[in-house]
Amino acid sequence: MAKKFLMKGNEALAEAAMRNGCRFFFGYPITPQTELAAYMAKKMPKIGGTFLQAESEVAAINMVYGAAGAGARVMTSSSSPGISLKSEGISYIAAADLPCVIVNIVRGGPGLGGIQAAQSDYFQATKGGGHGDYRLLVYAPASIQELVDLTAKAFEKADEYRNPAMIMGDGMLGQMMEPVEFSEPIDLSSLPEKEWATTGTEMKRKKNIINSLYLSPEELEYLNIKRYEKYAVIKEKEPMYEEVYTEDAELIVTAYGTVSRVALSAINILREEGYKVGLIRPITLWPFPEKIFDERSKTAKKFLSVELSMGQMVEDVERCTKGRSEVHFFGRSGGMVPGKEDIVEEIKRIY
Amino acid sequence: MYELIIAGFGGQGVLFSGKVIAHAGMDIGKNVSWLPSYGPEMRGGTANCQIIISDEPIGSPIVTRPDILIVMNKPSLDKFEDSVKPGGTIIVDSIYIEDKVKRDDVNVVYIPAKQIAADNGDDRLGNMVMTGKLIEIMKEIPLKDIEQSMRDNISKSKADLADFNIKMLESGYNFKG
Amino acid sequence: MEVLFERPHSLSNVVNSYCPGCTHGIIHRLVAEVIDEMGIEGETIGIAPVGCSVTAYNFFEFDIQQAAHGRAPAVATGIKRVHPDKFVFTYQGDGDLAAIGTAEIVHAAARSENITVIFVNNAIYGMTGGQMAPTSLVGQVTQTTPYGRKVENQGYPLRVCELLSTVEGAAYIERVSVDSVQNIKKAKAAIRKAFECQKNKKGFSLVEVLSTCPTNWGKEPDEALEWLRENMMPHYPLGVYCDYTDKD
Repeated sequence: MAKKFLMKGNEALAEAAMRNGCRFFFGYPITPQTELAAYMAKKMPKIGGTFLQAESEVAAINMVYGAAGAGARVMTSSSSPGISLKSEGISYIAAADLPCVIVNIVRGGPGLGGIQAAQSDYFQATKGGGHGDYRLLVYAPASIQELVDLTAKAFEKADEYRNPAMIMGDGMLGQMMEPVEFSEPIDLSSLPEKEWATTGTEMKRKKNIINSLYLSPEELEYLNIKRYEKYAVIKEKEPMYEEVYTEDAELIVTAYGTVSRVALSAINILREEGYKVGLIRPITLWPFPEKIFDERSKTAKKFLSVELSMGQMVEDVERCTKGRSEVHFFGRSGGMVPGKEDIVEEIKRIY
Repeated sequence: MYELIIAGFGGQGVLFSGKVIAHAGMDIGKNVSWLPSYGPEMRGGTANCQIIISDEPIGSPIVTRPDILIVMNKPSLDKFEDSVKPGGTIIVDSIYIEDKVKRDDVNVVYIPAKQIAADNGDDRLGNMVMTGKLIEIMKEIPLKDIEQSMRDNISKSKADLADFNIKMLESGYNFKG
Repeated sequence: MEVLFERPHSLSNVVNSYCPGCTHGIIHRLVAEVIDEMGIEGETIGIAPVGCSVTAYNFFEFDIQQAAHGRAPAVATGIKRVHPDKFVFTYQGDGDLAAIGTAEIVHAAARSENITVIFVNNAIYGMTGGQMAPTSLVGQVTQTTPYGRKVENQGYPLRVCELLSTVEGAAYIERVSVDSVQNIKKAKAAIRKAFECQKNKKGFSLVEVLSTCPTNWGKEPDEALEWLRENMMPHYPLGVYCDYTDKD
């Protein structure tokens, strides 16, 4: 068995990134993700990597753009207000088809908001954030081990699809410690060549251009269609979710990230009391695991979306259950987290 | 399953105590989680961490009904007293907190941890006295594993305090109130 | 047959998109000539941010990244950190560099990023049709200062070379002009020196090139050059503002 470490989510994520070939990190301080940058600052120089504290989130994401376009595995991390600032750059990165990993350790909003755990950036992550027709791969881990495993996947899929990937956690996941195992560091030379990157032509090939500007509408539409063909493949192949007790469930709770653990604790209590309650936990928020909602809505009478927001993912649950089931919402916001007792009570109320 | 809360002022070492317990739990093969309070409240206000030690996979890492509560200042007692499970235990540092626990459905241990640590030469190590008492009450993790965890987690700059920390753990473990 | 004059290899064989009389073409050519002469075309990565020169990826023959408005120094930083031995330069206008991208240029200089910046100052926003730039002169009429730039309302024009030369990380900063053959020769020498500065790993270099915008200034090309000499040069004196290229 691999050695277990007791680590904070923020630090475990940084360690996992480096083990998966990330050698460039550009960031800007913001609570509650600061330990991630601090860990990078300490460890990157020791493995010949670059940690750079930028002058702003805006600069940091554009450094990511440059480094990604130059062919590197690169990452940035921030928390909600910082992700808003990065959103312009994320749109450019998506438009230039550049692979990179963006971490959002979400805090309560809007505005400067607070610093406690929240999930109120779901819309921003899955339905835009920046301008234009684009999508991010969005991974929502619920434990530190899953955070580590999904970090590896995020880098791999970003490269595979030439698409930015986001890891969306929250302050709780970033700050808490759990036992975690790591895989061995990958061999950087084993990664596929990025033939499209701007590395200098060496006079051996035609010039490479990293670009998001297309003044001809015909050309821009064509490229958007091509990109949506890629998204269609991702929607087919990449959705991830976990199901618990859904086979016979009359009511299915749906929740992601840390709050899904609170929900599962509530469900376990209710199962002992004889309630037929189950859980669907989306692991990818985009692509949203649409098919399982479609399937389960044929048997479950009710769905309850439990979120640390005023109700965002619930709109996707409504969309994917196609009016077959009643869809309810229960959430806390601003950094408040419901206890399992609160969820138990709400389920009993609507059951 | 044990659910614990350790609370006090920032700087009293409550987060470190929690980490030592969680790490020891991991070392003996339990599932563990450690969740801290964070942000500006850590600066001179109240700091706390919530630890779960379990044979089963851990659902919510949030502790709302602790089995054992350590409090090292008055605001922490006020904040968490009502949350302790009936039949659970509250360990109070009686030097920092002059008030008595109001509830009569929980066990209470008053321990002059700050004084015990001061008598041994460093009043900052009251957290280890309190941790020792918690370990004795919980009976889930052997003292030797806590001591090893403390050695594994103490920062290099404080490594010379390791033996002293262990002495304080043992003082708390053997304290009879 | 002896070739006496030809298109630099680093310039693509295409018609550029610049207006008649615009000096961007001259500056592109100077950059391309320097890159050719140094034999570094295969090792060069350029960055063209938003502005008239945003489509420069069509005009240069080496690898190039288009960048968001003002962010070219950040993008250059990302590229240079990945490829520290390659030549990385940005080609930025005055709105890009001295308004929306002020933070990025100052901090790239402060970090002494080993990159070269070609800063084209024509005292106006060209691409969007002639609005006031941070370098527009007091009294200058533009689309957004129809009564002339007034200090009470729009403040003073920024002198970028003077400002950046106070930053410790700046290794070489010079202001040149392309209004005459003599000045064009000096401009080329300055661009060459900036790339040599990068080659020798001396840190941040910037060449500001006073340039014209006949279209948005509403002048004939020769009048525009005259306007540059009479109005811009007094406010933006030519010369070397800092040069630490001989230092270790």
